[in-house]
Amino acid sequence: MRRALRILVAGSILWATLTHAADLRVGLAADVTSMDPHFLDLQPNVNIGWHVFDALTHVDEDSRLIPGLAASWRALDATTWEFRLRRGVRFHDGSELTAEDVVFSIERTLQVPAGQFRPFSQRIVAKEIPDPYTIRLRTAVPYAMVPYDLDSVFIVSKTAAAGARSEDFDSGKAMIGTGPFRFVRFARGDRVELARNHSYWGGAPPWDRVTFRIVPTDPARLAGLLSGDLDLIEQVPTADLPRIRRDAKIETAQKVSWRTIFFHLDQRERAPGITDKAGKPLARNPFRDVRVRHALSMAIDRQTIAGRLMDGAALPASNLVSPPVFGYAPDLKPDPYDPEGAKRLLAEAGYTDGFAMTLSATSNRYVNDEQIAQAVAQMFARVGVRARVEAFPVNVYLPRGARGELAFAMLGWGSFSADLALRSLVATADAKKGFGAFNWSGYSNPKVDELLERAFATVDEKARETLAREAMRTAMRDVAVIPLHHQVTTWAMRRPLAYAPRTDEFTFAHHVRPR
Amino acid sequence: MFSFVARRLAQSLGVLVLMSLLVFAGVYAVGNPMDILINPQSDQNEIARATAALGLDRPLAEQYFFFLRDAATGHLGRSFAYNLPAIGLILERMPATLELATAAMLISLVLGIPLGLWAGVAPRSAAGRTITVGSILGFSLPTFWVGLMLIMVFSVGLGWLPTSGRGPTTNFAGIPVSFLSIEGLRHLALPAANLALFNLSLIARLARSGAREAMRQDYVRFARAKGLSERRVVGVHVLRNVLVPVATVAGVEFGSVIAFAVVTESIFAWPGMGKLLIDSIGVLDRPVIVAYLCIVVVMFVVINLAVDLLASWLDPRIRLGADA
Repeated sequence: MRRALRILVAGSILWATLTHAADLRVGLAADVTSMDPHFLDLQPNVNIGWHVFDALTHVDEDSRLIPGLAASWRALDATTWEFRLRRGVRFHDGSELTAEDVVFSIERTLQVPAGQFRPFSQRIVAKEIPDPYTIRLRTAVPYAMVPYDLDSVFIVSKTAAAGARSEDFDSGKAMIGTGPFRFVRFARGDRVELARNHSYWGGAPPWDRVTFRIVPTDPARLAGLLSGDLDLIEQVPTADLPRIRRDAKIETAQKVSWRTIFFHLDQRERAPGITDKAGKPLARNPFRDVRVRHALSMAIDRQTIAGRLMDGAALPASNLVSPPVFGYAPDLKPDPYDPEGAKRLLAEAGYTDGFAMTLSATSNRYVNDEQIAQAVAQMFARVGVRARVEAFPVNVYLPRGARGELAFAMLGWGSFSADLALRSLVATADAKKGFGAFNWSGYSNPKVDELLERAFATVDEKARETLAREAMRTAMRDVAVIPLHHQVTTWAMRRPLAYAPRTDEFTFAHHVRPR
Repeated sequence: MFSFVARRLAQSLGVLVLMSLLVFAGVYAVGNPMDILINPQSDQNEIARATAALGLDRPLAEQYFFFLRDAATGHLGRSFAYNLPAIGLILERMPATLELATAAMLISLVLGIPLGLWAGVAPRSAAGRTITVGSILGFSLPTFWVGLMLIMVFSVGLGWLPTSGRGPTTNFAGIPVSFLSIEGLRHLALPAANLALFNLSLIARLARSGAREAMRQDYVRFARAKGLSERRVVGVHVLRNVLVPVATVAGVEFGSVIAFAVVTESIFAWPGMGKLLIDSIGVLDRPVIVAYLCIVVVMFVVINLAVDLLASWLDPRIRLGADA
């Protein structure tokens, strides 16, 4: 009897741990709008995409490029890239992955109405398939970013996705990929359910079933974790960090994110809303003087913001990309807090009495964005610059920034590489070259532009990284923008789970270990 | 009565056109949705191409004309964020909100009317005072805070109910609903209670003052004089008079419960259409915003119509038409 009982107890414990170990419930912080992997390039959508699909190239935890469905690649010449596919990779429907599927997927990114993945495929002008496991891609001009761009092109099955609309992905009909999980169900606004792909080429993931629950409200997501409804949550609010760390049932994982927070300073002839302290418009735009830009950077106490406001979940920044990212210039150091030096520089530039301006920020986009803006405004007041803070929700803010209505504006940016970040944010705006699309500052430096052009045309990675670093140094020493900090992302999970945190902020169920 | 209904519907068509014009112009004034939705790696050409692909580069009048032309055939546009027809998107989310609102309204009515009657018939008793004070609390506590407290107590503290989400649904006449399964009901309980709190208090107070007034009326005295039981006096004669204002208010409130469900939906991650509206405003997804408001206008018109018809049935002295 006792023995039978013991077996029963042991069995039920084993059963309990087994069922527990095989199911994973993850709390996502933002809504997943579509299952179509070639529609919107939004973090939550792409996050789900990485579970069901794969791309030719992947990036590792540090956002460095690694092989994916392509086992290897090389530049045959300056405009031709050859990718060799992994052999024996199978889609969830059992069919084998071939170069045809890759070509179909690249073409589909160009065809989806209002699809946003064109920037990653539009530079490819010709595609060749010498054999079923090899693809050659040509660009019109030398272009080094092809392997990076293809990290953003999910490979779908040509048979399943031919003629498929976004609706067919939402329903699951076309959701056939090569990823670590098979698609089970998408309940819009509520959850996405996935099941293990036993024949995943990278080894079957440790979870039978994964449920991604969409819980955008921070306290609700945290409550879900504390009550045991969820096993792991992403984007833990910084204010709750001390409390979570005290909880014996909860483990956290942190990593510096690729998202860098910085300030654009409008450096055109006239910047909106900059006046002397009496409210009279200034004769010239002070931001055109590098001493003023440098003074404002020195007036910001980055350590205090990172330590107090962000509860340690930020790293003071000197670059526009975070430390693990390609092209980060490690020799640049964050400007030390020096209000006296800042005052001296302002006086040298002719602003002994300072000036008044508007400091714009988002109110719902970046971690603690509005509080950071308030803090920076107070720090500016100490060096004699009066900054009036205005914070808008992102739906008002971004269009205003794009129209050039913001003189001193907070923005956050995540990039695979320094040259990409600089191309969008700091390069001289030029629609023909595709440079400076988000250069709200109107900054223009021919040397930076030239270095960037050379970097994009250099297929040798080492040489390209040298050029990208040099471009970063040139722009940062000129204070093209004022970098503030790199966000640190926090995941929280119930023990004994473990997660390898990622710089790109993605939450991958196949990287959650039962331990 | 037929002309009354027809006139109401014609008026609402005018409201629809006016409302859509206002929303259209409002969203247009805020800015280009592509500035928010665009992939940050895009260059200027790509942004211009995406803007043109959605017709957002056209003048406002032209965009509105195209919208009206499509609306006449029943199409309210395709969502920028979901890549699906806006109407379908809203109808897909509507059952969740309607179920939540209905559950909240049922809780308010089933508990509110008897509690209010009790407090009205025996205003000085301990129970009567407790109900009155409780209803003030229910009025004044913010929904957001109450929702979080409910989660902290019943989910995190006691572990009885799930923290958020809708849980499994069962199909009922082709519509996914929660109330047919135990697990679904457990998910529904907290959000419905949270949403019900305000109206529960409102209805209890209405019923209380209605009952206090009725108790002083002659017909109640006559009924008592006739020897009717107290139960029959309160349960039939008083109740019937209390129901008229309660039905009117409950009808109007049903509309606002649907509209205010958005706070509760956000806290409890309930996949309803209120949350869809907030998300859509967040990215200036105009087709969804316009379609949502059109549907809400239609819903309010129908509810108000139903309330008027119900009131005239409950109280034959109310006449429809003349100056409604």
